[in-house]
Amino acid sequence: MILLEVKDLRTYFETDDGLVKAVDGISFQLQRGETLGIVGESGSGKSVTNLSIIRLVPDPPGKIVSGEVIFKGQDILLLPSDAVRKIRGRSIAMIFQDPMTSLNPFMKVSKQLMEMTQLHLGHTKAQAYEHAVRMLETVGIPDARARAGSYPHEFSGGMRQRVMIAMALSCEPELLIADEPTTALDVTIQAQILELIKKLKQETGTSVILITHDLGVVAGMTDHVIVMYAGKIFEQAKTKELFAFPGNPYTKGLLRSVPDPTAEQGKLYQIPGLPPDVAHLPPGCPFAPRCDRVEEICRREFPPFVELTPDHHSLCHFANEVYAESTEGNRD
Amino acid sequence: MEPENKISPEMAVAEADVRPEEAGEFVRGTSLWRDAWRRLLKNKLAVFGLIVVVLVTAASIAGPTVIKRSFGFTPDYIPTNDVKLIRSFPPFTGPDGEFSWKHPMGTDNAGRDQLARVLQGGQISLFVGIIATLVSLFIGISYGAIAGYVGGRIDDVMMRIVDVLYSLPYVILVIVLLSMFRSQTPRGQLTLLFVALGSVSWLTMARIVRGQVLSLKNQEFVLAARATGVSAPRIIFRHLVPNTLGPVIVYATLTIPQIMLTEAFLSFLGLGVQAPLASWGSLAADGVQNIAIFPWQLIFPGVTMALTLFSLNFLGDGLRDALDPQMRTI
Repeated sequence: MILLEVKDLRTYFETDDGLVKAVDGISFQLQRGETLGIVGESGSGKSVTNLSIIRLVPDPPGKIVSGEVIFKGQDILLLPSDAVRKIRGRSIAMIFQDPMTSLNPFMKVSKQLMEMTQLHLGHTKAQAYEHAVRMLETVGIPDARARAGSYPHEFSGGMRQRVMIAMALSCEPELLIADEPTTALDVTIQAQILELIKKLKQETGTSVILITHDLGVVAGMTDHVIVMYAGKIFEQAKTKELFAFPGNPYTKGLLRSVPDPTAEQGKLYQIPGLPPDVAHLPPGCPFAPRCDRVEEICRREFPPFVELTPDHHSLCHFANEVYAESTEGNRD
Repeated sequence: MEPENKISPEMAVAEADVRPEEAGEFVRGTSLWRDAWRRLLKNKLAVFGLIVVVLVTAASIAGPTVIKRSFGFTPDYIPTNDVKLIRSFPPFTGPDGEFSWKHPMGTDNAGRDQLARVLQGGQISLFVGIIATLVSLFIGISYGAIAGYVGGRIDDVMMRIVDVLYSLPYVILVIVLLSMFRSQTPRGQLTLLFVALGSVSWLTMARIVRGQVLSLKNQEFVLAARATGVSAPRIIFRHLVPNTLGPVIVYATLTIPQIMLTEAFLSFLGLGVQAPLASWGSLAADGVQNIAIFPWQLIFPGVTMALTLFSLNFLGDGLRDALDPQMRTI
């Protein structure tokens, strides 16, 4: 069953430098209980896509220009703002990148957790408090009852991110959007947090959208992947398929730049050049200046969105060729 | 909670997450306010200020009653029967020039006890300072926080109004207000004084709060609150305003002496507190007329006021240092 369907979403930012098309025609579907990964370099529009879904794009300068975000049959973009507020936190919850700044430093942890359920589930103070303590236990805060009265600065980064997760899940949302939930944490804590999200997802059956630029995280956590570049979807496939048979030169480049601990020590591959300035995109393929198999047509014409298999799409003039190469190369 | 023999692997990992000094037994962390309080206590001038302010306040509140109990006269008591008493005595002096504990600050022209007058004046001066500051807190915080959070055109309009009010010379504004609505009773006059002082004192507070909110509203916790469906008024007053409290408290403690000074100034000019009520300003105004003959009539209210204002300023400075965001570690 489809939980969320995004159709041709376009979010533009009006800047001094011109119109920035941060998200430019994104479409995808998310099934109930599924995990979707969105990967891409910084500035590729991952976060803006998700802020658009719950209508939190800073306006001005941002504006959702067109598109539909159909959540459980309703177009969120057309709802009155009161109705959207009832969805936020209740049905769609978010975890943010930096746990150090996403908790209010002047509010006790318990208060921040209680706010959620008092707001959305109509809990009384006592109910909300019990629920908050239970949630803290669920996310693995030791001695939760004693800790609930602490302020955020008394918690370490990993614990704060646990609190954020507890907050996000306390109303049992149907969709959890995790915007780079582990970027600000060190590696051991990263693994714990990801394990926790995975475990809670299995227990509650929540759908998850996981935004990250870490391909390792995507491989371990997600069912589907979207690769974004310059506000566009470059490739979209089942996770296994994408890792085995990438159908886009950009994805291939990304996969090559993942360090391989088993390989001989050598120079780490990196895609040449820098992500493009989204305010001044060239007429052709936005990846053309950095692509290793660029041809004349790439600079001239915008590439088509090619269907490789019913479940696998790629934005490239040579998608079929790239896909064929990967399938051959990886067959043996 | 579960007994300890049921520790799951997740719990084990989570325990490693706790900083070493907190492991084992749960330690109560120090709160922001307790840290600030400790820093304040280290500042000698601020502690001195705090003590003086507390003493003056307590004396002002309790003093007139105590004097009435022990000597039997009120601050407004004018000895009418005995002509010999209706004149100004120096400190610690009785009607015949002998030493007396009855009037440690002497008496004024009408024979009223100066100490009782000063304490009564202190009541009103402090009351005016505190009430007008509360008014400025209330209006200034709401106004500034809304302007800062909403932003855009509404912010522009709201802050231009503040600018316009700023550019009016407020003393003249207050004088006009007070003389336009000149009240017949001393109480009415006092109420007018509150309105006049309160209506101009919130401007700086509004600016301070707006600036704080502007810098806070782009922080992630506000976005996180919005993403959990919290409404705008709740974000402003539950999430943002508490975060501005540090600078607000500091400014409020510095506003109190400022307003008391303005009140004294207005009363000195005869626009503020009217007899039989007294404030330090009106007492000083009375005293200054007889400065050559009866200097104690000016010295005692003047020194008390100066000492209190000094102390309030020391306290405000101390609080600013104690609550300085650069010094606290979040």
